[in-house]
Amino acid sequence: MIPGPFSYHRPASVADAVKLLSTLGDEARPLAGGHSLVPMMKLRLATPEHLVDLHGIAGLKGIRRDGHKIVIGAMTTQHELLASDEIRQSLPILHETALLIADPQVRYRGTIGGNVANGDPGNDMPALMLVLGAFYRLEGPGGGRDIAASDFYQGAYFTALEPGEILTSISIPAGAAGHGYAYEKLKRKVGDYATAAAAVVLTMAGGKVATCAIGLTNLHETPLLATDAAKAVIGTSLDDATLGKAAAAAVAIMAPAADARGPVEYRKHVGGIMVTRALTRAAARAS
Amino acid sequence: MAKTHVTMKVNGAEVEGLVEPRTLLVHFIRENLLLTGTHIGCETTHCGACTVDIDGMSVKSCTMFAVQAQGSDITTIEGIANADGSLSALQEGFRMMHGLQCGFCTPGMILRAQRLLQENPSPTEAEIRMGISGNFCRCTGYQNIVKAIQYAAAKINGVQFQEAAE
Amino acid sequence: MNDMTPTREQREAKLEGMGCKRKRVEDIRFTQGKGNYVDDLKLPGMLHGDFVRSPHAHARVKSINSEEALKVPGVLAVITAETLKTVNLAWMPTLAGDVQMVLADGKVLFQNQEVAFVVATDRYAADDGINKVVVEYEPLPVVIDPFKAMDPDAPVLREDPAGKTSGAHGPRKHHNHVFEWTIGDKDLTDAAFKKADVTIKEMLSYHRTHPSPLETCQCVCSFDKIRGELSIWGTFQAPHVIRTVVALIAKIPEHKIHVISPDIGGGFGNKVGAYPGYICAAVASIVTGKPVKWVEDRIENLTATSFARDYHMTTEIAATKEGKVTGLRVHVLADHGAFDACADPSKWPAGFFNIVTGSYDFPTAHVAVDGIYTNKAPGGVAYRCSFRVTEAAYCIERGMDILAQKLGMDPAELRLKNFIKPEQFPYHSALGWEYDSGDYHTAMKKMMESVDYAGLRKEQAAQREAFKRGETREIMGLGVSFFTEIVGAGPSKNCDILGIAMFDSCEIRMHPTGAGIARVGSKSQGQGHETTWAQIIATEIGIPADDIMVEEGNTDTAPYGLGTYGSRSTPVAGAAIAMAARKIKAKAQMIAAYKLEVHEGDLEWDIDGFRVKGLPEKTMSMKDICWAAYNSVPPGMEPGLEAVSYYDPPNMTYPFGAYICVMNIDVDTGVYRIRRFYALDDCGTRINPMIIEGQVHGGLTEAFAIAMGQEIRYDDEGNVVTGSFMDFFMPTAVETPHWETDFTVTPSPHHPIGAKGVGESPNVGGVPAFSNAVNDAFSFLGSTHIQMPHDYWRNWRAAKELGVFAA
Repeated sequence: MIPGPFSYHRPASVADAVKLLSTLGDEARPLAGGHSLVPMMKLRLATPEHLVDLHGIAGLKGIRRDGHKIVIGAMTTQHELLASDEIRQSLPILHETALLIADPQVRYRGTIGGNVANGDPGNDMPALMLVLGAFYRLEGPGGGRDIAASDFYQGAYFTALEPGEILTSISIPAGAAGHGYAYEKLKRKVGDYATAAAAVVLTMAGGKVATCAIGLTNLHETPLLATDAAKAVIGTSLDDATLGKAAAAAVAIMAPAADARGPVEYRKHVGGIMVTRALTRAAARAS
Repeated sequence: MAKTHVTMKVNGAEVEGLVEPRTLLVHFIRENLLLTGTHIGCETTHCGACTVDIDGMSVKSCTMFAVQAQGSDITTIEGIANADGSLSALQEGFRMMHGLQCGFCTPGMILRAQRLLQENPSPTEAEIRMGISGNFCRCTGYQNIVKAIQYAAAKINGVQFQEAAE
Repeated sequence: MNDMTPTREQREAKLEGMGCKRKRVEDIRFTQGKGNYVDDLKLPGMLHGDFVRSPHAHARVKSINSEEALKVPGVLAVITAETLKTVNLAWMPTLAGDVQMVLADGKVLFQNQEVAFVVATDRYAADDGINKVVVEYEPLPVVIDPFKAMDPDAPVLREDPAGKTSGAHGPRKHHNHVFEWTIGDKDLTDAAFKKADVTIKEMLSYHRTHPSPLETCQCVCSFDKIRGELSIWGTFQAPHVIRTVVALIAKIPEHKIHVISPDIGGGFGNKVGAYPGYICAAVASIVTGKPVKWVEDRIENLTATSFARDYHMTTEIAATKEGKVTGLRVHVLADHGAFDACADPSKWPAGFFNIVTGSYDFPTAHVAVDGIYTNKAPGGVAYRCSFRVTEAAYCIERGMDILAQKLGMDPAELRLKNFIKPEQFPYHSALGWEYDSGDYHTAMKKMMESVDYAGLRKEQAAQREAFKRGETREIMGLGVSFFTEIVGAGPSKNCDILGIAMFDSCEIRMHPTGAGIARVGSKSQGQGHETTWAQIIATEIGIPADDIMVEEGNTDTAPYGLGTYGSRSTPVAGAAIAMAARKIKAKAQMIAAYKLEVHEGDLEWDIDGFRVKGLPEKTMSMKDICWAAYNSVPPGMEPGLEAVSYYDPPNMTYPFGAYICVMNIDVDTGVYRIRRFYALDDCGTRINPMIIEGQVHGGLTEAFAIAMGQEIRYDDEGNVVTGSFMDFFMPTAVETPHWETDFTVTPSPHHPIGAKGVGESPNVGGVPAFSNAVNDAFSFLGSTHIQMPHDYWRNWRAAKELGVFAA
């Protein structure tokens, strides 16, 4: 398991990285944490001729508050997310989820940018980005643009990234005061992708759900926003019948693949359960 | 393929070498530096046998290129013992608590445990188990590895190690 | 005497002999990264070999084109079956009496089969080379299901034995049939079933899995043309056997072959057999005149070197209505994959599966095993168990639970009722074994008291009621397992490998200063032999264990032994060590008598030396005797203090144990929670309790993995779908339960120190405990048997099929 040969580039700025990627074309790949790409290269399922390592770009790291938004540099690692007080306070669901990604070593290297930009349906962060209403900052040869996470995912490993573009930062509205949240991930063991996972962020008012967003991981070729399921719980106190309705609405949009984690029917079934569990736990956390 | 010159600090010593861009860090450590204590168990970033410490992070060196380690400060198992050559608290803990059998996972496990204890000097059992969950052991069933890390934590913290009752 | 004279306790303690928790000497190097594993070896000019492998499970190989590969910088040679034919090595014999392709000869029979071997200056160039070898395949129909392999019109897999109606183990019934092995009294057993009040019948599958040690299989071969000598460093659990096999098939004189097993990163049965990589590296070294290294990657390990299990056991038990067993009948469909490469003693094509009557007094039994070819990887190794013993233990321990359920009896009670009684030992089983010793009732009762078995059953009853009332979605299971292992292969009367009796050996040489070396025919892969072997010697001859160096694995220096697998080291090599030590002691006694000017018979042993009976102050320490052995031996005696023992055990040993697993399962997701696991082991005399506990922890963890999800699974096209550590279930510290261990001691009456072996017991006993817990949890919903592995989705499927989700 040895990668094929490639040329290595380590630009010092986003502009240089974009220039390299657009000049080198299809044969170049950006390298972030590398924990998806490098194993693929070792299996020679990916054989880029050029790797553009983004680790040399200082501006791609860090977590800062910009008004009511939290801006996270694409090369910020899961480990850095976990260490951040800002994340813990403003976007606690990111903290909870980062802890469920892979294992400690991978979290030191794995980046939030790589996680959301790769388009791997098994990655955990994209569903959160949908739920949180995140925007991605993309820089390309034609300049920069912002795109809603909800418009980003087009298919497995297929995203709105244009040739030569890289994702540089993620901008997320800080969680509303007193919001409840939960990420329920069923996995076979540490290091595994989700058999099914659901992200919930909600607010409660007078014992009833005021706002709610539900995201789904690894239950379709892209992360999903379960809009109908979320609608079904608004204005309710999350009684059993409502939870059942929400789960059914979420299951209706799931289309997972059968794999060693289980057949399609199982993954959809537990997908529904993850939704109800996440709703229940999020509601209990809301104030 | 043209080779690239890399320099880095490994176990306190400046080292250099010529590598292809695709040379994996673990191969550079094992074959260029002849530090064979870092092992290869799976090559897919799961088993953790290749774990080394890079700039304060536990890293699986099978999933990083040597060129990426340019200028970094690396510790491998060969750099873990006390300055006088005696076993460090963790090395001693693994031996005293029978935290190893075939020894193949041990270097990666010790490197990971060292970083864990630096970040969390008094971890609970659950925190230890989570903290070493990126390292597979096929021999011990982990129970004595947990004890080994507790032993080391106690020794580093200067408190009496007490084995949990069965 | 003065105050400095050590007490007896101090003298005992200083020896660190048997029974003490001696810290391991190996750990000094392992904790510092100074182990010496095969891949650490770097020889001048060393080349690297790597395989082109088949993407197909069954295909004809139309052509192999190496032209482009040979243009890759660093690639020196591409070896194919055609190359190997020139040295008559395209095929090799297996340990099971079959033959196996070294490289694809005309066709491929399993995915990732070795097709060509690329030799290059380093592993990067070799990998580049394999990607440039062009192989043209013509896919053929694939057979994965062993039950379909025997259909009359099933595709012909092996063409080499076409028309042969008999194989190494008797008649073949079908073109995909390997052998049929039967044992026991069929008529008597059939009669017992006719008379029985109650019978059960269930097909119990033990799925295909893999030992997967953390270090994969690997070797370095170096052929010295001038001397005509071949040196092989490899991950070999049985280095002497490998040397003999190489001598036989490569026609190199055995004394010119040097096989060395350095430190081994776990074996678990994976490193017993001979693999194409070893042959190809050796041939490549002979062809190139340079040392050649071959290192398997993890995917290759999981998909091509030996698997374990894949036994499909139709199990029937006959019993009286009071719950006394009267007969056992088992038919096994054994899936051997493309080649029968089982690593069993040669006369035992199904290993010691006839231990299947387990711990119970069956008056009669009959077993038939049909070996089958399929398009899967070859093998059938004993993954942390004696040969096919874990399959047998699973079969009987599930069978007893199913019988208990049918009788409406508690499974523990049914076991107690049918155990072989202490006074029945030595016990002759219906399938031909002589159990040396056992006290099953005591062990079982100790387990039941330790965990409050009655209380757990009460809790389970309450949990079931709560489930029925809809108050919980968790069900609770108690998995009882009481296993009897058969280990220590084995007596020459019934055990050999390729005609070599399965003895083992030890050579001890004591040096003048009282320190010595012990060389042994076994080979540790983590069991800690360097520590424990010295403990046996320390107790036997009164020399501190620290003063004994233990060496294994070098075939030039170690005495011939059959290696380490099947928990045979302590029963066989351990006995050889004790016997060699006793020879040392006997000579030492003569020297002491001479020096003390008394008759030998006037001496008695006292911890670390001899003393004259009745004159306790007149003593000679073993240390002093060692010195005397080199300068003042009795007239006519040869100087020196050295002994060799080759030990042919009179019988196997029969470790046993009582295990229980307490498990809850969430029926909505199938997620299980191991609440408690208690393991009581009786391995006879305990040499090092610390190491025994470690072995039990490790074996239980492997049992947990196997029972709850670890499988090598194929799709219908023969693709391995669990071929990396992403999908092959390898538990981390988070999933692995906490283990409680306990013991009783029933020494083996025929073993010099009474020890029985323990490394594999926890796997053998653990798997049925986990599976019985799952099955016990579901039983009140009307289920009799749910197949392993019990991973989440299968648990959910079971719940669904039992109607748990019906409105």
